[in-house]
Amino acid sequence: MSQKYAFFLGCVAPLRYPGIELATREVFKSLGVELTELEGAGCCPAPGVIRSFDQTTWLALAARNLALAEAQKTDIMTICNGCYGSLFEANHILQHHPKELKKVNDVLGKIGMKYTGTIKVRHFAEVLYKEIGLEKIKAQVNTPLSYTVGVHYGCHFLKPTKFKQLDDSERPKILDELVEVTGAKSINYRDKMMCCGAGGGVRSRDAATALRMTEEKLKNLKAVNVQMIVDVCPFCHLQYDRSQKDLPGYNIPVIHLSQLYGMAFGMPREKLGLEAHETKFNL
Amino acid sequence: MAKIAEPNPEFTKKVLEGGPGSDTLMLCYQCGTCTASCPSGRLTAFRTRQLIRKAQLGLKDEIMSSEELWLCTTCYTCMERCPREVQITDIIFVLRNMAVKEGFMAEQHKKIGENMLKIGATVPFGEEMKKLRVRMGLPENPPTTVGNKKSMDDFRKVMEECGFDKLMKGGKS
Repeated sequence: MSQKYAFFLGCVAPLRYPGIELATREVFKSLGVELTELEGAGCCPAPGVIRSFDQTTWLALAARNLALAEAQKTDIMTICNGCYGSLFEANHILQHHPKELKKVNDVLGKIGMKYTGTIKVRHFAEVLYKEIGLEKIKAQVNTPLSYTVGVHYGCHFLKPTKFKQLDDSERPKILDELVEVTGAKSINYRDKMMCCGAGGGVRSRDAATALRMTEEKLKNLKAVNVQMIVDVCPFCHLQYDRSQKDLPGYNIPVIHLSQLYGMAFGMPREKLGLEAHETKFNL
Repeated sequence: MAKIAEPNPEFTKKVLEGGPGSDTLMLCYQCGTCTASCPSGRLTAFRTRQLIRKAQLGLKDEIMSSEELWLCTTCYTCMERCPREVQITDIIFVLRNMAVKEGFMAEQHKKIGENMLKIGATVPFGEEMKKLRVRMGLPENPPTTVGNKKSMDDFRKVMEECGFDKLMKGGKS
């Protein structure tokens, strides 16, 4: 069965860590899944900031992105928890509140667009786990890895579970299994499900507070001696990667699951965009 | 004599009608599971339970100008654990929207809004990053609103129709 998804890039991956974008393209090609371009898509828009400022704008901009994918009759796939959170929740609101859908379509009408609510929003880790499956992924691993890693689920991948229903939010297993299929070992650590600290506009408004939350996480990751952090969100990725230069004593490389798969699938290192990482990746 | 804040039932009504999920506000029985679960509150003065109580009582002025309102990372842990299924994070979004309309918005946040109006993204995009993309074999601009005039015009038009540009200039839109 051929699978196809409209590839939603978001902001942080293409504009800060292009290795995440490229690795995703290559990994899904290897797995036989077609990713179509969402030409002209904009910011999701960011759940912590734009939704905090004005939910009407947030919903209308999300609807524009959803409408671009609907025009292709294709479900959207994101590589970021924030994009997933915004697009998934906006889609849920639009599919369940006809009044909101009408309001949004009055705005979209001004640019000649319309959304009717027929597509689904998927997270790439969900697609990997539920649609492609561990066995098929394992078959592509030609460079088995032996790292010990700490996985960071982030917040908007699984929560609110009431609507997303992907995995348990207190003790999930999706990411641990997705990481271990490469040969790497996922190590449990204290407060594994805690937020990285960046979301909700906290990083931009109060960087010091965000940093203190990140330090809590890093302290717990360091205590179990992981060789790297594996994330599924470019924004958590940025928070861990850039915070460590302000935190003496921490030097744990950070890698997005798509980049880890790129490594395990034998992609050349220079295609993984690791030079954009501030905490140098030298494993 | 100590000044006691005046409750404002009109404000509470506005919160209840403010957006999907905020109608669960009155279900809260103040158990404090939210505060105990909050990753921000364990390091700061942010008390989720207290914020919800203030919203129930309609203590508008205290909420609108508070710094704590902006310390939530929207991680949803409180909402997941709430025994009354109060949609806490959704209520916080509604309260923040009201604060922004009242003109309470950090300069750093306005900058993000301005970047959205400029390139349709939350973060700026510079020459170094374009060079890196090209070195890696990716197109200089991603196939988004960045570098695509027609899409960016559409994107901006949606924001303007919603009054977002005026909001970024100081609220009271």
